Amino acid sequence: MVAFLNDEPAPVMTFPAGERCLSVRDFSLAYGDKPALKALTLEVPRHRVTAFIGPSGCGKSTLLRSFNRLHDLNESAVHQGRIELEGRDIFARDLNVSELRRRVGMVFQSPNPFPMSIYENVAFGLRLERRLPKRKRDDIIEWALRSAALWDEVKDRLHRSAWQLSGGQQQRLVIARTLAVKPDVLLLDEPASALDPISTLKIEELIRNLKNELTLVLVTHNMQQAARVSDYTAFLQQGELVEYGPTDQVFTNPKRQRTENYITGRVI
Amino acid sequence: MKRLDRRRWPGDALWTWLCAGCVALSLFMLITLLTLLVARGLGHFWPAPLEALTLHSGEQVIGQPVREAPLPHGAGSERLYFTGNRELNGADWRWVALDDIAAVNEPEDAIRLERSPWGDVTGRLAALEVEGERLTGAPARARLQSLLALPAGQRPRGELVLTTAQGSPLVQPLATITAFQAPNALSTLEKAGVWGQGVWRFLSEGPRAANTGGGVWPAIFGTLLMVIVMSVIVTPFGVLAAIYLNEIAHQNRLTRLVRIGVRNLAGVPSIVYGVFGLGVFVYGIGGSIDTWFFDEALPSPTFGTGGLLWASLTLALLTLPVVIVATEEGLARIPDAQREGALALGATRLEMLTRVVLPMATPAMLTGVILAVARAAGEVAPLMLVGVAKLAPQMPLDGEFPYLHLERKFMHLGYHLFDTAFHGDDVEAAIPLVYATALLLVLIVLVLNLTAIFLRHHLRRQQGGSWSRS
Repeated sequence: MVAFLNDEPAPVMTFPAGERCLSVRDFSLAYGDKPALKALTLEVPRHRVTAFIGPSGCGKSTLLRSFNRLHDLNESAVHQGRIELEGRDIFARDLNVSELRRRVGMVFQSPNPFPMSIYENVAFGLRLERRLPKRKRDDIIEWALRSAALWDEVKDRLHRSAWQLSGGQQQRLVIARTLAVKPDVLLLDEPASALDPISTLKIEELIRNLKNELTLVLVTHNMQQAARVSDYTAFLQQGELVEYGPTDQVFTNPKRQRTENYITGRVI
Repeated sequence: MKRLDRRRWPGDALWTWLCAGCVALSLFMLITLLTLLVARGLGHFWPAPLEALTLHSGEQVIGQPVREAPLPHGAGSERLYFTGNRELNGADWRWVALDDIAAVNEPEDAIRLERSPWGDVTGRLAALEVEGERLTGAPARARLQSLLALPAGQRPRGELVLTTAQGSPLVQPLATITAFQAPNALSTLEKAGVWGQGVWRFLSEGPRAANTGGGVWPAIFGTLLMVIVMSVIVTPFGVLAAIYLNEIAHQNRLTRLVRIGVRNLAGVPSIVYGVFGLGVFVYGIGGSIDTWFFDEALPSPTFGTGGLLWASLTLALLTLPVVIVATEEGLARIPDAQREGALALGATRLEMLTRVVLPMATPAMLTGVILAVARAAGEVAPLMLVGVAKLAPQMPLDGEFPYLHLERKFMHLGYHLFDTAFHGDDVEAAIPLVYATALLLVLIVLVLNLTAIFLRHHLRRQQGGSWSRS
């Protein structure tokens, strides 16, 4: 009941047009007749880490999966409103979904390397695009594995099965696989929730380093993680955006009672 | 307070014993089956000793003992001998009561000849007359052995003189003899050699004497060819249908209905498929092909009668559910995370299917195809309607253009087994061949299933371990 005590409209966080990477306008999404997102409006700044936090079922993963239109796979999903990537409507009729997904890469909760060698996993996206000379492809694969801080661990066994790696290594391999196609945005859906603390730290460090090169959007259950790695934090509850602002401010001085209750663990 | 030593009835131990007992019983029956097939099927090729009997009546009999059976009214038992010499005795077999036997010995010069026509001969080797020479005893046997190794056309003219059990001479021209054995003169090792030869001839030669003698090679070949043509037809259909059902179709009530239908098709009695194949493929499609393309050959049918193509198509239809169900189960086991991972990298649905999903489902697909092949290899009923022959005059694959003759009738192991067992004149000769053919069928199916298991295991390992068990 505390949540209803201050029900002022959500503060709108905007960025200058030049810094906007993704912008969501009045975006609603429902699975059949079950609403998942209710008229969300928010902007994701370029080359920053933006975290979505909120209780289970609040719609944060749904929002993330809307950015690369992975929710298209769900036949019952119906959406309204607009999402723009660098000013371009991602639901436009003439847009090629495959191209969109190459520019908006995604890493999932549990590592999902393909049943191929480490090399072939990273080469997967490259092979879809065009035939590269082997040397060029090798260079890109090395670069991607270095960017994902995995190169030193796997450089001697690139042609071994990816499934022999540890969970943390697999997750970094998946990140490398996504980086290899040079996306503009990297979506991370609870990327460390299935990993041990050491692997989690490595992933977090990786996220902090990667923001120099691309825009990151992170969904996490772990509020300490959001506080550690993100620049901006959005708090969602029941498909609504409750609060969105710089991470420091959201965690130390939340504007709304519902946010404070959630981050202090009083009401879920 | 409840007593700690209280037990409920029936206890765990009873259930354990019950379950273990069922397993033990099944295993016992399986082992009995295999032992019977191996003993009767393979034992047939072991050269039995040729016994020369003197009966109390003074009559002489030469033959190989086959089996014993009790006489009615407790009058002892009698033994069945293979005596050959059909043209002299009226039959190849003779029952002799054990009480009638005065003396038994195993003379070294007793031999059994395989000849055509008239079936086998037993007797004692008197002489071999070839190229002006007259040989007797061991040299004659050795020379005969080397002569029979030559092709029939290159053999010198000559004759073999036998003394039959009755003591009369029997002159047999060399050209009519196809094989011989003198089991009493053989060591165990030599007998093993004869046994190996017998097994090899069974596998590599054509049938003789209305399927109650000779080998099964045309039937093995026909079975394999039919199964290959069937796999070529059923694999793409089954795999594509499974992909559609599992990956493309909306998972609604209609899809579920189709899926249930497919699973139930697997339970339709196979003879029904035979009737369908006869009506639709043979008379319908085959008849039309004949009127359009083989007009000049009518009224004798070309495709309008049972043949390899129609049999393969009918069995493809019969085994389609097996392939669909196995492939679908393989597809369903692949985690969605793999599909999403591929799509999230910008793969189209086709790329996702061909590069990630299908390679992962390959073991399941192969399993389905091999199970289908195993089923088809053992199927008899529908084949009888759509193209199997008791004795096919020509192989369906030969050196004559267009090499693969899809319209020809073919022989099949399962049908051959049935025909040998029930349609031969000489029941005693057929029995061991029935066991041997049955053993061969079991072995083929066993090898196919083992191949499926091995392939699945190998492919899983190649893909880097198993993403799910079983």
